Amino acid sequence: MMRSRFLLCLMFLFSSLATLQANDVEQDIAQIKQVQKEGQGNLAASKAVKQLSQADASALIPILSSFEGANPLAVNWLRGAFETIAANAIQQKKLPVDQLEKFILDKSQNPRARRLAYETLIKVDPKAEDRLIPGMINDPSVTLRRDAVQRLIDEAKNLEKAGKKDQAKKIYQQALTGATDGDQVKAIVKPLRTLGQKIDLQKHFGFLSDWMIVGPFDNSDKKGYDTAYTPEAKIDFTSAVEGKEGKVEWKSVNTEDDYGIFDIAKSISAYKGAVMYCSADFYSPEEQSLEIRLGTPNAWKIWVNGKLLFARNEYHRGMVLDQYIVPVTFKPGKNVILLKLCQNEQKESWAQRYQFQLRIARPSGTGVLSQKPEATTQLSP
Amino acid sequence: MKNESFKLLLPLIAIGLCCGADWPQFRGPLTNNVATSDAPPSKVDQESIAWTADLEGRGASGPIVVGDKVFITSTTGFKEDQLHVLCFDLKTGKRLWERQFWATGRTQCHTKMCVATPTPASDGKRIFATFSSNDVVCLDLDGNLLWIRGLSHDFPNASNSLGMASSPIVVGETLIVPVENDDDSFTTGLDVKTGIARWKIKRPRVANWTSPSILKSSGEGETLVLLQSNDGVDAIYPQTGETAWQYEEGASRIPSTTVGDNVLYIPSKGLTALVPGSSSEPPKVLWSEQKLSPSTASPLVYQKRIFTVNRAGVLTCGNPENGEVVWRLRLKGPFSATPIAAANHLYLVSEKGLLQVVQLGEEKGEVTGEIDLKETILATPAIADNSLFLRSDKHLWKISSK
Repeated sequence: MMRSRFLLCLMFLFSSLATLQANDVEQDIAQIKQVQKEGQGNLAASKAVKQLSQADASALIPILSSFEGANPLAVNWLRGAFETIAANAIQQKKLPVDQLEKFILDKSQNPRARRLAYETLIKVDPKAEDRLIPGMINDPSVTLRRDAVQRLIDEAKNLEKAGKKDQAKKIYQQALTGATDGDQVKAIVKPLRTLGQKIDLQKHFGFLSDWMIVGPFDNSDKKGYDTAYTPEAKIDFTSAVEGKEGKVEWKSVNTEDDYGIFDIAKSISAYKGAVMYCSADFYSPEEQSLEIRLGTPNAWKIWVNGKLLFARNEYHRGMVLDQYIVPVTFKPGKNVILLKLCQNEQKESWAQRYQFQLRIARPSGTGVLSQKPEATTQLSP
Repeated sequence: MKNESFKLLLPLIAIGLCCGADWPQFRGPLTNNVATSDAPPSKVDQESIAWTADLEGRGASGPIVVGDKVFITSTTGFKEDQLHVLCFDLKTGKRLWERQFWATGRTQCHTKMCVATPTPASDGKRIFATFSSNDVVCLDLDGNLLWIRGLSHDFPNASNSLGMASSPIVVGETLIVPVENDDDSFTTGLDVKTGIARWKIKRPRVANWTSPSILKSSGEGETLVLLQSNDGVDAIYPQTGETAWQYEEGASRIPSTTVGDNVLYIPSKGLTALVPGSSSEPPKVLWSEQKLSPSTASPLVYQKRIFTVNRAGVLTCGNPENGEVVWRLRLKGPFSATPIAAANHLYLVSEKGLLQVVQLGEEKGEVTGEIDLKETILATPAIADNSLFLRSDKHLWKISSK
């Protein structure tokens, strides 16, 4: 009888302690999620992360779940606590592997949290890679999807080497449905084209290829960057406006480049000390939060429906795919994008590029088209 | 010593006391590339490698040493957006812990460098790791997170499409973090305990890869921090960010100013020697010499001599009093890592991974040993525990006497 009472008391004590820890964990997480820009909330978060880091392995899944809705700074704070707890749990062989795997497979969870869960899991269970990654070819997580695409690329390469071209082609096609990183797309497209497949990369990535363009306007001494020329007040394709060298008119241009590059220097003129305005329409079936992804070696400003989204006063520091990522909310129907592109007067051979590429994508990197896609390479969400 | 003077000296004393024989930041305790109490091997060969630790991803940041631990940073991921801070045991090379964070700023970089190019810094109790994404992570020596800042998250136009390389330094209670670039260009002093800015000053709007240096001014006995840019050098008070004095004749944006015997050696007009100014007097130029112009590696002052390495891999030894060339020695370059000095020797590691040890003489320098590590090395090595610590993307090495 005494023994039973003692056991009951013990169970009650453990249960109370567990509840207390759960409450503490929730409070610490909530405190950490309060961190804001410029160190606001750092003091309180610092205390909370210290306490949270001392929690046991049962705190791991709640921490991962809390990534959703947390700002990028808070996510890093939470990750700091997660890694400390996970390192202890691995050492004590108490990592909740089943719960982690369940979390990884739950696509409704935060993509970064799922990736972190995966990286933690494979530290103790390396075979999880073979078990989990192949099913992630269209996963919302950019990095899990990348791993799945890479496995398919490797598989297709081996089939190609073995002379099994038809099978290789199918695997490459499958890989392309998930590929959004430039290096993987190139690794897929080159052999696919060799195998006779036609691919519209502009559509795959969601590049805008048809533009209206006007200029040049004056950018001597880089003063044009902060000068609001007529197109910033009103876009009127039918009217000529005063430019650097007299009246200038809007004209229609198009690029057939795979990566949507429109080269002003080659296609129009190698202007120096110039500003050009480029405009394109993007039709959205509904209000949606997407990203404008821009690459250019020139200074730029971008507006959508008359609202300035971002500006960058940097010249000739290179150009790469997705160099700048600007979040945007498109309204239903027609959206007008206006890009101001500035060229300076540097004379060095490496400072002559005057070009850009612009695409619309989801945060996962998959391209989004403004019209119904014609090609089969459009990615699923 | 008057009380006031002693108070002014405290930050410098703190640097010395907390670090001892540590190598707590880029270019060592006083950012002058010199170890005063260590004697790494003067003759090296493959058998001098005490241990090798495996690394992943990319990293051009140098190792730092605090107590019995070696710290480095690196990045992984296709976009280099996974930021790593790693800790190794000084004696064995065993990995003690690793922490990862996600970049909150841009991670685009020139292919030669990478997101983990700034060398971390320490005040002896904390590790401050910065990255090209302008994320700043503060951990204790056991890897526990103390605070994080995302400076590009806070100031989205603070970035460089070629990458940021400036390393932070700690002076007293302030972590000085340069974020100098073509657009939103600034340097900030963060409270080491909280990460909250004590000050933030606007800086010239031009890409800048130099790192701050420490100057103890002889006139007022106060520790100053030297910020170099395209415009020249600003000496600032580390507690407030206020300017003490300026040199406005322009300077390089890659190799950084070095201080020796209270004289600045600035990569400007070749190389310029400058007597520090004060609140009442401007700085005074002693000499400028094109023959001592450094390439990527910063200059070094050691044993009453000034040393620079040019683009062709030639090590030039000059007289710091007048800038005259004393001797030259052709080494196997090119070099990105800054040469470091200890026990009458210079240690230079080439981009191809060849560590060369140069014994210093009055009239010449002589190569006394080489180790070919056969991997690209851009990071400036560290000296501690009578050893050298070098890193590539793939490995961290400890080089010791046999």
